[in-house]
Amino acid sequence: MYSDKVMEHFRNPRNMGEILDADGVGTVGNPVCGDLMTMYIKVKDNNIADIKFKTFGCGAAIATSSITTELAKGKTLKEAMKIARKDVADALEGLPPVKMHCSNLAADALHAAIEDYYKKHKAEKEMKK
Amino acid sequence: MPAKRVYMDHSAGRPLDPRVVEDMLLYVKSFNVNPSSFHSFGQKARQAVEDAREKVADLVSAQRKESVIFTSGATESNNMAIKGVAHRNKDRGKHIITSSIEHMSVLNPCKYLMTRGFKVTFLPVDHYGFVDVKRLEEELTDETILVSIMYANGEIGTIQPIREISEIVHGKSVYLHVDATAASGQVQVDVDKEGIDLLTISSNDMYGPQSVGALYIKTGTRMEPIIHGGGQERGLRSGTENVAGIVGFGKAAEIAKKEMHGESERLKRLRDKFIKGLIDPILYSFLNGHPSERLPNNVAVRYSFIEGESMLLSLDMMGVAASSGSACTAKTLEPSHVLRAIGLKHEEAHGSLLFTLGKQNTEEEVDYVISIMPDIVKRLRKMSPLTPKELIE
Repeated sequence: MYSDKVMEHFRNPRNMGEILDADGVGTVGNPVCGDLMTMYIKVKDNNIADIKFKTFGCGAAIATSSITTELAKGKTLKEAMKIARKDVADALEGLPPVKMHCSNLAADALHAAIEDYYKKHKAEKEMKK
Repeated sequence: MPAKRVYMDHSAGRPLDPRVVEDMLLYVKSFNVNPSSFHSFGQKARQAVEDAREKVADLVSAQRKESVIFTSGATESNNMAIKGVAHRNKDRGKHIITSSIEHMSVLNPCKYLMTRGFKVTFLPVDHYGFVDVKRLEEELTDETILVSIMYANGEIGTIQPIREISEIVHGKSVYLHVDATAASGQVQVDVDKEGIDLLTISSNDMYGPQSVGALYIKTGTRMEPIIHGGGQERGLRSGTENVAGIVGFGKAAEIAKKEMHGESERLKRLRDKFIKGLIDPILYSFLNGHPSERLPNNVAVRYSFIEGESMLLSLDMMGVAASSGSACTAKTLEPSHVLRAIGLKHEEAHGSLLFTLGKQNTEEEVDYVISIMPDIVKRLRKMSPLTPKELIE
């Protein structure tokens, strides 16, 4: 039911883990629905210098998390904000239709992490004023 | 493809017993003969169908073989029992009692009847999955015409106290339908001794062909057909009989009768070893269902902090076929209603894993799965944000 690419990322997930001193953290989903993802980002010169994920969920949830970290790494925050669910699914050579909505949350988690960074960053700027 | 191939998903589908195939071939190879035909060709097919009926009746200790009606499978048998009794007896009352852990082919006909003016009570179950018998007694009224409770649940393995249930039901002159699909060929069912009025029997669950089943209907039960036509099966199930399928079903029932006891004892030993091996070495692991009052082939466990489908995928990569009650493997995106009914939270139900053993499974295969499970759980827990930190180190 899954593409080879999905299976490959499920077998060898990239950037799995936590960043303890992350600049931004985003969590989306809910264990009640069966999918919960957390993305951690490290930002340097407006670029995503490092990114890691942790995911509770099905094979698609894990594979989408993994590939999203690959898509986002090295991109500017603005570029990373443009990564959409469809880009994630396309990069995985497609997802089963039933998984398109429930498990394809990684882009949302990435955006949440970036927004978290912006929020913190803004707060820091205010403090310095 | 992994070197090992271990099939442990027998509740979803079973291979045919080679002896069943052999008998079926006689009828598959020759041209299709209608058992209702007058000529000798037809009469030979008729005889084969009637022999099979005798064998199925014998398996469940039915007094008369005419009590067995062949259907297209357990789903049709359940539909026929529920709708057939409801429509025929609605002059007596319009209340049906069932449980919250029945198969969809019982729950959905009941829900359909609710749209046709019937009242349905869905009995709760305890955390083992036992039906609340006291509640059953309280819910029975003069309006109740039918109680439908499964013999055993395929997802959690729990076997219901059918005798106790039938005593309560018959005290009120209400019909008792028992869906024995998951128990077919594994547990000795005796319709007379256990006081069962209608019994759903599955062919594939005892290594017979798919798309054949039966409904045992006790003599004198008031019911009407749901399929109308040429009046086959005593007018209760029209349509030309699936001769080869029925012959295979008959053979499967004959074999089950002879071999069920020994095979069930073997499976129970494997099951108990398997459960222990899946739970003891892994923290935060639990058994679903009752430890001893369970189907001999049923191994249902759950692991906290991880999700069932990712476990299934991991097992599949190692050549092991199993099943899960997780939403992610279902069409509905809801975790199994059975796991929810026994009181599991959504996230607990998501972490469930179901192995259903069969004839060809060996102790070596059980040992193999026991040996690979800790690493699978460990890897997925390492990825999960729900896993407590001390568990990962």
